[in-house]
Amino acid sequence: MADLEPVVGRYLRLSLDGRAHRVYFEEAGQGIPLVCLHTAGADGRQFRHLLNDAEITRHFRVLAFDMPWHGKSLPPAGWQDEEYTLTTRGYVALIRAFITALGLTGATGPGVETRPVVLGCSIGGKIVLELARLHAPEFRALIGLESADYQAPWYDDTGWLHRPDVHGGEIAGALMSGLIAPQSPSETRWDTLWMYMQGGPGVFKGDLFFYRADGDFRARVGEIDTTKCPLYLLTGEYDFSCTPADTERTAAKIKGARVTVMKEIGHFPMSEHPAQFRRYLLPVLEEIRARG
Amino acid sequence: MLERLADLVNADASLVRRGRYLSTRFLVETGATAWLVTVHEGRVTAVERGPFLLREWTFAVRASEDAWRRFWEPVPAAGWHDLFALAKGGHAKVEGDLRPLMANLRYVKDVLAKPRRSA
Repeated sequence: MADLEPVVGRYLRLSLDGRAHRVYFEEAGQGIPLVCLHTAGADGRQFRHLLNDAEITRHFRVLAFDMPWHGKSLPPAGWQDEEYTLTTRGYVALIRAFITALGLTGATGPGVETRPVVLGCSIGGKIVLELARLHAPEFRALIGLESADYQAPWYDDTGWLHRPDVHGGEIAGALMSGLIAPQSPSETRWDTLWMYMQGGPGVFKGDLFFYRADGDFRARVGEIDTTKCPLYLLTGEYDFSCTPADTERTAAKIKGARVTVMKEIGHFPMSEHPAQFRRYLLPVLEEIRARG
Repeated sequence: MLERLADLVNADASLVRRGRYLSTRFLVETGATAWLVTVHEGRVTAVERGPFLLREWTFAVRASEDAWRRFWEPVPAAGWHDLFALAKGGHAKVEGDLRPLMANLRYVKDVLAKPRRSA
């Protein structure tokens, strides 16, 4: 008997900004859709432990897509003459296009609720704030990991990530290694870094344009109304990119936002230390489910 | 604080292999004490203790003795667990010609973390 995981991968054809894209996603489970957004310069494999967690997939249909240019999602035709740059507008449009294409847009019958929970980490955690501000009624709940309206940079020049005399994969892995908590197990630490080492040239840097510049939401997050959609923010104590203080400062501007600081976790909770992360995530998911 | 660095690095074959394209000399300051670390193709061939007069180096990593002690704890506390966490927190400075550092970042970070005792 083959030792198959319950995770299934498929390709979804999406038109984004009038251009054809082929977006890879994985899913497992049934019930409330839980759409997972990976970090900058990585891909949906970060969620492999969630996708394989029977306690989660019993009640949640976990979906994780690779953003265009990431993982198994190719860049759009013509990419060779472009510089990839992620913008707030483009990222929101991508997430909504994915959700719409899969029909996760509202009640389909009495008692049948298909609106998703969105859980994002880092850039994914940041964009959750914009989803909450602009499109709250489209979501059952929003969960931001390592999420803040702004975070001070810890190196000035992202040009180091994309230049011919420094290996982009090697430096991405070496930089990110510090954002993982020392307590995280070796296997999942190195899984996490491998995904960074595999990123395409310039992609991590292009994502960081959103994380550092375009995604400065300090003047916006006060508009979020958590009565329209619950908002949970969870940040690892070892994350010095988006620090617990960054998340707490953000939440202080959002009435009703729920903050948790996660012990012995860094910037990649679901991927660097899945066993520790689920201790924090399961109660949140249970609360969302109980709310109906 | 770095007296044993050469032995620690050179006994780690995979670390030496990873650094095989790096030959340079860099400066480490632990508080008031300066150290020049010479690397040849991934092996640490010399660790000299200052003071120095008119010596060359490519890049420098400077932190207080207390910061290094915290950094080298078996399980460092948050904010003291990585070179760039120290730098962001204002506890370390990384200066000079950063290209050899950035091009060999995993190697250099691992070398600097070598004095950390395992938990």
